Amino acid sequence: MKITLKVWRQKNSQDAGHFETYQLDDVSPDMSFLEMFDVLNEKLITEGKDPVAFDHDCREGICGMCSMYINGRPHGPLRGVTTCQLHMRSFKDGDTIVVEPWRASAFPVIKDLSVDRSAFDRIIQAGGYISVNTGSAQDANTILIPKENADKAFAAATCIGCGACVAACKNASAMLFVSAKVSHLALLPQGQIERKERVLNMIKQMDEEGFGNCTNTGACEAECPKGISLENIARLNREYICASLTSEK
Amino acid sequence: MATSPKLDAKIPEGPLQEKWTKFRSTVPLVNPANKRNLEIIVVGSGLAGSSAAASLAELGYKVKVFCFQDSARRAHSIAAQGGINAAKNYQNDGDSVYRLFYDTIKGGDYRAREANVYRLAEVSANIIDQCVAQGVPFAREYGGYLSNRSFGGTQVQRTFYAAGQTGQQLLLGAYSALMRQVALGQVKMYTRHEMLNIVMIDGKCRGIIARNLITGELERHFGHAVILASGGYGNVFYLSTNAMGSNATAIWKAHKKGAFFGNPCFTQIHPTCIPVSGEHQSKLTLMSESLRNDGRIWVPKKLEDAKAIREGRLNPNDIKEEDRDYYLERRYPAFGNLVPRDVASRAAKERCDAGFGVNATGEAVFLDFAYNLKYKYGMMEANKRGIKNPTEQQLKELGRPIVEEKYGNLFDMYKQITGVDPYENPMMIYPAVHYTMGGLWVDYHLMTTVPGLYALGEANFSDHGANRLGASALMQGLADGYFIIPYTIGAYLSNEIKTKPISTNHEAFVQAENEVKDQINKLMNVKGKHSVDHFHKKLGKIMWNKCGMARNAKGLQEAIEEIRSLREEFWKDVKVPGSDKEFNPELEKAGRVADFLELGELMCIDALHRNESCGGHFREEYQTEDGEALRDDANFSYVAAWEFKELGKWELHKEELKFENIKVAQRSYK
Repeated sequence: MKITLKVWRQKNSQDAGHFETYQLDDVSPDMSFLEMFDVLNEKLITEGKDPVAFDHDCREGICGMCSMYINGRPHGPLRGVTTCQLHMRSFKDGDTIVVEPWRASAFPVIKDLSVDRSAFDRIIQAGGYISVNTGSAQDANTILIPKENADKAFAAATCIGCGACVAACKNASAMLFVSAKVSHLALLPQGQIERKERVLNMIKQMDEEGFGNCTNTGACEAECPKGISLENIARLNREYICASLTSEK
Repeated sequence: MATSPKLDAKIPEGPLQEKWTKFRSTVPLVNPANKRNLEIIVVGSGLAGSSAAASLAELGYKVKVFCFQDSARRAHSIAAQGGINAAKNYQNDGDSVYRLFYDTIKGGDYRAREANVYRLAEVSANIIDQCVAQGVPFAREYGGYLSNRSFGGTQVQRTFYAAGQTGQQLLLGAYSALMRQVALGQVKMYTRHEMLNIVMIDGKCRGIIARNLITGELERHFGHAVILASGGYGNVFYLSTNAMGSNATAIWKAHKKGAFFGNPCFTQIHPTCIPVSGEHQSKLTLMSESLRNDGRIWVPKKLEDAKAIREGRLNPNDIKEEDRDYYLERRYPAFGNLVPRDVASRAAKERCDAGFGVNATGEAVFLDFAYNLKYKYGMMEANKRGIKNPTEQQLKELGRPIVEEKYGNLFDMYKQITGVDPYENPMMIYPAVHYTMGGLWVDYHLMTTVPGLYALGEANFSDHGANRLGASALMQGLADGYFIIPYTIGAYLSNEIKTKPISTNHEAFVQAENEVKDQINKLMNVKGKHSVDHFHKKLGKIMWNKCGMARNAKGLQEAIEEIRSLREEFWKDVKVPGSDKEFNPELEKAGRVADFLELGELMCIDALHRNESCGGHFREEYQTEDGEALRDDANFSYVAAWEFKELGKWELHKEELKFENIKVAQRSYK
């Protein structure tokens, strides 16, 4: 396959950035999207040019590191797939593909397609946990959880923290990410004790990081590679309102 | 055989069942006020690193955590699929601490240390309790109780799981505990930092040199103790199921500063991975061992059928039952498709070498779900709904949702990568490098031969002997981090309460930093013709062909020579673009591959010296008549711990393995 790539190049966070066009003549349909970038970089290095910096690690769709905005969509044209699991058979010979980094003021560009997502870590630090020290736990089967709740909590907990939801949102809102963690813990008996404080603190941190508000467009759900449901945002709103009205702190 | 005086494993006296309890009750403690003045560095944020850092911080120590990824949550433990073992005996099927201990020693082909493995089995149950308390959403039955499944090399159901994403859920649990300690100010995180050297002062490890990967600056960090939890070195093979960034640099730098390397040649080749599709391939993807609960592995019985499938003339679904060779069920009727990984991998290679491979390259076998989908799950549903004499089509439709729930994410991943729907066609799989049992030699305290330097999780040579059982890596990583290091580190730190933090202007820090600078300058200034990947791929081919699933003396001798000359070529002709004072992923890779080029040689030397076959180490010269691994207990019942002398030169030390609680026998899964 012949592919034309228009790739965002930006030397560092201070640089204005611009698009560069590259031509690849020998792309195999079996390659993953990132393997195509490996080929591009190999070519750039041989030509004495600076290779494109991009984040990636596990290349099996679970670490959440890869993060390319492809033809106007986070992680590209397929639903439920991360960039590393996108294969060139999803494109046609002769296609031009535009590749950009996640764009959100809370995710500053480090270089080219790499962005800084440490804001997500800080949101988790604000309350995305159950306060249990190692060694304090009782026998696991003394906590019974209806399968339905466990399954729902699990579905929310499968969020990989890639940030596609923020990149997809016109407001750069992190509500889907935050709601996934809040839901995961609010659905479990272990999460009840810190339930109110958790949601208030996480939302506060989310706002401080400069993420936008949710206007229920649903782009986050549509682009989430793990299919995290919008239902979680509804639950987050309920949790937040309830906590705001009843919290004793 | 006597154990080398340089290897004191510090195994507590007394009966096996009492060693750990006694140790915990008598190990010196550090009082809370003193803990606040003691600093610990943790390198790596996977299951072992995150759980250790969080637990130590909870105790009151000041902890610094380093990882090269952009968040602690990205460590490659996240990709573990199938599950985690624990001797809970929730299934009432006869499990016990002893049985988990026994299975692990036997699975490791009698090349692991009894005391460590027994302790691992003992704390396994606590891990599940801890994780559930953290909110890890394990799979549950309708009554609300935890669910279990089987893994290879065992006959009980002791594996806890969260769909095919157990590693993710466990890591997010440990990560959340870690983030809580960060918020409390007990842990300081250094993400996008890579450890490039350790600092030795008066014979003790006192800190590290790390590179800030965004700015390129080198940083000096002091610690009263340093813990390496940096994972395994499977990427020495270039193609493996490891993440792209997984590397050996932390343990290798430590090795060159005095930490002995244990059993470097023990590599686990996982039987069920998606086969290589072409030259562009950057990594291999695992299909969880849990699939062997319900998938049956086969190749055609007739060579002409295999050929027809390879050429695309025959659909495997059209091959009649009697023309299929379920070779694991045939060779190992007792364990069938659930034999340990090393056995399953070799059996696949044997069939493919004999010409029965089923994909274009001839290196693939089938993993087929059709049987259980229809006759196990489909029939179960049909019975539940009272459908009499269901048709094949009905059974398929009824069984599919159940298979989807159990393995849906794995099936989706398979389809995404190969473009083939595994609900309709059997999967094609082939063995691939997955895990390294070898690693830094550690004693019962998990301390390396360098005082004050510990190694946890896959980074140590550990509990798995010559072959790790499925669902045991997660168990070991979390055991080390949550329940072992918090106790054992006290034995060392209780003697350090008077040690004031050492200034990072100390000459040892300056010297360690200069060594790092020199290597970086050297890499930047070669200005050769070929990219880092060019050399990495070449190294991978040598390792896979000559130090992979089957090894022999001649091949290993050749490999050693080839690696030495490739290393020379690398330092003459590698090309690293850009500058070292910026975000430069190529420079990061170059440093890691430089280390792999040294480690690869040691792996071959170790494989060459071990004149026996055991577990994942299969020397073609040493096999039984029916092709099983043939151990030599009289001469090789020891851990090989290698001391670095100079590049290309190592000294072998032996730790004798004594089996007092298990009868050593030839491993049989028949």
